[in-house]
Amino acid sequence: MSEINNLKLCDLVDKIKNKKLSSKDITEAFINRSKKSSKLNSYITDNFDNALNRAKEFDEKPDFNKKIPGIPLAVKDLFCTKNLRTTAGSKILENFIPTYESTVTQNIIDHGGIIIGKLNCDEFAMGSSNETSNYGNVQNPISENLVPGGSSGGSSAALAAKLTPATIGTDTGGSIRQPASFTGTVGLKPTYGSCSRYGIVAFASSLDQAGPMTHDVKDCALLLEVMSSFDTKDSTSVEFTRGNYLNDLNENIKGKKIGIPKEYKVDGMPKEIEDLWEKGIKIIKDNGGDVIDISLPNTNYALPTYYIVAPAEASSNLARYDGVKYGFRSKGENLIDMYEKTRSEGFGDEVKRRIMIGTYVLSSGYYDAYYLKAQKVRRLIKNDFDEAYKKVDAILTPSTPSSAFKIGEKLNDPVSMYLNDIFTVPINLAGLPAISIPAGHDNNGFPLGLQIIGKAFDEQNILNIAYSIEKNIGYKNHINDWWIK
Amino acid sequence: MTIDLKTVKHISKLSRISIEEEKAKRLTNDLNSIFKFIEKLNELDTSKTEPLTSVAETTLKLRKDKIESKNIREDILKNSPEKSKDFFVVPKVVE
Repeated sequence: MSEINNLKLCDLVDKIKNKKLSSKDITEAFINRSKKSSKLNSYITDNFDNALNRAKEFDEKPDFNKKIPGIPLAVKDLFCTKNLRTTAGSKILENFIPTYESTVTQNIIDHGGIIIGKLNCDEFAMGSSNETSNYGNVQNPISENLVPGGSSGGSSAALAAKLTPATIGTDTGGSIRQPASFTGTVGLKPTYGSCSRYGIVAFASSLDQAGPMTHDVKDCALLLEVMSSFDTKDSTSVEFTRGNYLNDLNENIKGKKIGIPKEYKVDGMPKEIEDLWEKGIKIIKDNGGDVIDISLPNTNYALPTYYIVAPAEASSNLARYDGVKYGFRSKGENLIDMYEKTRSEGFGDEVKRRIMIGTYVLSSGYYDAYYLKAQKVRRLIKNDFDEAYKKVDAILTPSTPSSAFKIGEKLNDPVSMYLNDIFTVPINLAGLPAISIPAGHDNNGFPLGLQIIGKAFDEQNILNIAYSIEKNIGYKNHINDWWIK
Repeated sequence: MTIDLKTVKHISKLSRISIEEEKAKRLTNDLNSIFKFIEKLNELDTSKTEPLTSVAETTLKLRKDKIESKNIREDILKNSPEKSKDFFVVPKVVE
């Protein structure tokens, strides 16, 4: 491995600004390593040739005032990238070449970033293990035959394997934080409305948020600055003053009140995770924070609520894939037959399952019993957080109820797969920001994460708390290059 | 409540997703286990709770009613699986 691959995003920005490295040096290093990574299957589409040209162009006319000048980044294949194939992990979009750029990737380009490729993900971001992708499962670089988490599994694997210095994912129920936790990396889901959803292939519009995935909290703060913007092209984008997250990063958490929700101590949670949580609590206390027991009484209802709201929205959003305007089309005897065959052949099993759940809960006679009921419980879940935030500034929990599992282990049991997101889903339902940071290992040496949940638009605060824990917890990722060709 | 094979076939019609008999049977089992899990919500009394539609508590903004994109006909048609001149082509609908 080139030394360059070991550098973090902020270090690369420094090196390039100090002219110690060129954009070409850096871009080449990450492309070369990516080319040897086919065993991981983290890329769906590469943009290597184009990216190298862009790097050379940058070096000819460098602009060091940009936030990520000449820095190569691979991104989740859920972001539409102009003239670069975007599949959302689905067969139905296997030939889709967007004619426009998503706002988030445009922000990356505007700040000097260079897109080197599109990363694997669960089909339409529906999954927790990257096993629902039409382009094959992704290997976790931590260990062979281990899932990298999902749905941003290609992103987490590529980041942990240092194929890209940082990356972006999307998070509808945990799809940034769970894969970050499974690969020993940092992942942040911003407050709903922070990062524009324009040009992101839609899954569940009231829950979807894009966010940064990085090696450490500093990089995370920088990439969030790059991504987050008010955008009139997204009707739910919120106009608020975005922070200087990197510049204002501060490990001093003296007097901060951190809540520990008793409902997150679930039955059967591995002892290692409980210990890790205790370790986090101790660090907060040692650093002068106040640890306060709180209750989020409706936590147990979050997953059932999510599995009504998300599929309902997905069934509406995915109605657009009809074989007419774009995407895959199957031959049919008539229009209806064409629709039915196109969607049957174009979508994978998990996507079909969720479309059908969504169609059912929205169908005549069941709307009140399921969808309306779920929206009401969603209010109760949000109220729980509102109540808690009268007493505390942020909340600390584990990121996931277990470490990464083996490929295939949970594939035939949808409910057990869904339970993976038990600690992350409530945050999407309430629209809050949350960050997962690597905090320790289980008995197998697989990474485990801690999650810090904040008040709406209080990203700076959770970054600061994460920074403080990161400095004291001494986490190191153990990765050998078993997958290198 | 349980979902039977007939209901699964009805949902598949509504979803415009054709489904083979074998898969429909498997899906019936999957959906039943998922709905058993979902039915936990019935434990809660929500008779006095307002539904939460969106966490972004903003009202939709109005914009000036003017055209912002020009000459994008080609862009729009570019990814179509079948087109003719300026039109999307679909199987014959009207006899």
